[in-house]
Amino acid sequence: MAARANIDVERLLAHYRAMARIRAFEEAAERAHQEGHVKGAVHLSIGQEAVAAGVCIHLKREDLITTTHRGHGHTIAKGADTGAMLAELLGRASGTCQGKGGSLHIADFSIGMLGANGVVAAGLTIAVGAAHAVKLRGERRIVVCFFGDGATNRGPFLESLNWAKIYELPVLFVCEDNGFAASTRTRAMSAGPGPDARAESLGIPARTIDGNDVIAVDEAAGELVERVRAGAGPQFLLARTYRLKGHTASDLGAYRSAAEVEARKADDPLKRAAELLKVSGVADETIIAIDAEARAEIAAAWKSALGAPWPAVELAFTDVQDVRMPSWR
Amino acid sequence: MAVMSYLEAGKAALAAEMRDDASVWALGEDLGRGGVFGQYRGLVDEFGPARIVDTPISEATIMGAAVGAALLGTRPVVEMRFADFALCAVDELVNQAAKARYMFGGQGRVPLVARQPIGMWRSSAAQHSQSLESWYAHIPGLVVVCPFTPADNYGLLRAAIRCDDPVVYMEHKDLWAMTGEVDEAADLPLGKARLVREGSDVTLVAWSGVLRAVEAALPLLQDGPSVEVIDLRTIYPWDRDMVLDSVRRTGRLLVVHEAVATGGFGAEIAATVAGALFGNLKAPVRRLGAPRIPIPYSPPLEEACKISPAQIAETVHGML
Repeated sequence: MAARANIDVERLLAHYRAMARIRAFEEAAERAHQEGHVKGAVHLSIGQEAVAAGVCIHLKREDLITTTHRGHGHTIAKGADTGAMLAELLGRASGTCQGKGGSLHIADFSIGMLGANGVVAAGLTIAVGAAHAVKLRGERRIVVCFFGDGATNRGPFLESLNWAKIYELPVLFVCEDNGFAASTRTRAMSAGPGPDARAESLGIPARTIDGNDVIAVDEAAGELVERVRAGAGPQFLLARTYRLKGHTASDLGAYRSAAEVEARKADDPLKRAAELLKVSGVADETIIAIDAEARAEIAAAWKSALGAPWPAVELAFTDVQDVRMPSWR
Repeated sequence: MAVMSYLEAGKAALAAEMRDDASVWALGEDLGRGGVFGQYRGLVDEFGPARIVDTPISEATIMGAAVGAALLGTRPVVEMRFADFALCAVDELVNQAAKARYMFGGQGRVPLVARQPIGMWRSSAAQHSQSLESWYAHIPGLVVVCPFTPADNYGLLRAAIRCDDPVVYMEHKDLWAMTGEVDEAADLPLGKARLVREGSDVTLVAWSGVLRAVEAALPLLQDGPSVEVIDLRTIYPWDRDMVLDSVRRTGRLLVVHEAVATGGFGAEIAATVAGALFGNLKAPVRRLGAPRIPIPYSPPLEEACKISPAQIAETVHGML
């Protein structure tokens, strides 16, 4: 890889560290699923880490995000504790949601993460509502809404973009386009030139970038976040990436060739960032150390999550509703 | 004590809560112009367009945005115009609003009110007339309210707005003009039924617009069987105690609702009473609800869906 001009090596190292932590987490989640420790579905973001890292570096703790069924990366990049997240995947009481949500509904309100969502495109309406409340109360924070390309063919996509624009809400839409809507190529099911054109047709400025180039994501997200903060209304980022794993951890991916996936591994965002670090003069040992540190963090998190107690069955009956809360026996 | 229409009572309740709590706001189509039935008329003048929010025809996002805004601690009052249209927002209500608190382990609450008017009204046909309260009673996390009197529309809407749970609030479209006394100082709790009339022979449980047919049926009863009438008011959680106490005394239960009988909430009440009081029952539990047909347009056809006073009187006689 050729050297790039004006690389901020420290910042790229920070990105690499964030991506390595997500990768280590996802690999642990995949292993845990294969070994039967994680019972429910797990949707891995391996290959898509640059989007989470490049966007979330611009967010403050009080800023808000919503994400999708494939939301571990965004959640980690926003600042959630990987131990509590793994405990959630294992269904333990010490999980971010007391084991009541699992991977699909992981959430950490303490760091402004308003929840992953099991329904495609459902996060968009919630994100614009959060942004509406932010504006109503005159707060300065912003909302970032992560969603996939598959979501762009659901009605709430159009409704939410239109909503954000007519009320000029402080929201950045990030379409993480991994090419697949479950096991179908999104392009085959989508009319028109793409999600960015759909956004622009509503007067929402859109930028399209190589979502596996963390520096490109960082730069574009930086500009768009700044505009949202300045009160310029909703902005749209289309980050093109590729899902290196199946739709879920049990999807063998019969709808695409192994050769296609192999070829796309050359474009792995961690690999690309590592190469860029090396040509910028960073020693191999430094990169290896970051990888090792990330794996060690996740290994420790895994150990503590696996040792954490199961929730007491009474917990199934809490937080249902205040008006006549159900009770166990 | 003021005399208000059912419509004015709802409007006064929302205005009172908006005065008391700056985090309360309302959103829906045409609200700035008063709403489809005029139940928001004038509110934008007092509270401004930021709190009485006109929205596009985007039911899913009206409801979903209310979920997001409620998770941040505001109290949105969502107007769906018709319960039929609220079906465009069922994911947002059932999968999101009702479950967010639970699936996120109690990290957030969704204190929204989803107003979705129900019922047959002015030959409105199959897509503007349904009573779907039993659908939402089935969903853990939701509270379901069907007020009948102006006083209840005032007190229960205030209670619904103050409630930290998502509340499906179903006003009956044919009651807007009905007037009654409203005690604005009364504190009405959710989950408590209203004893309309005491009686000793039959317990009649009903709610919402069909209570007018019940009122009209009472004078038709020959030989004066004594009917105890209970207005359930809150469908979930329903006032099991009041109903069971009453049937324990009368030994007979008739449930009457405008909704389709099959799978209607009357089935839940009937099954509960039959299970708890089998030995006390002097007659089989009876239910009256609409036939399982879409609501037709033509007035004589629509009549086939309605529970008539004569039908109620006849059913009561058959139980004695």
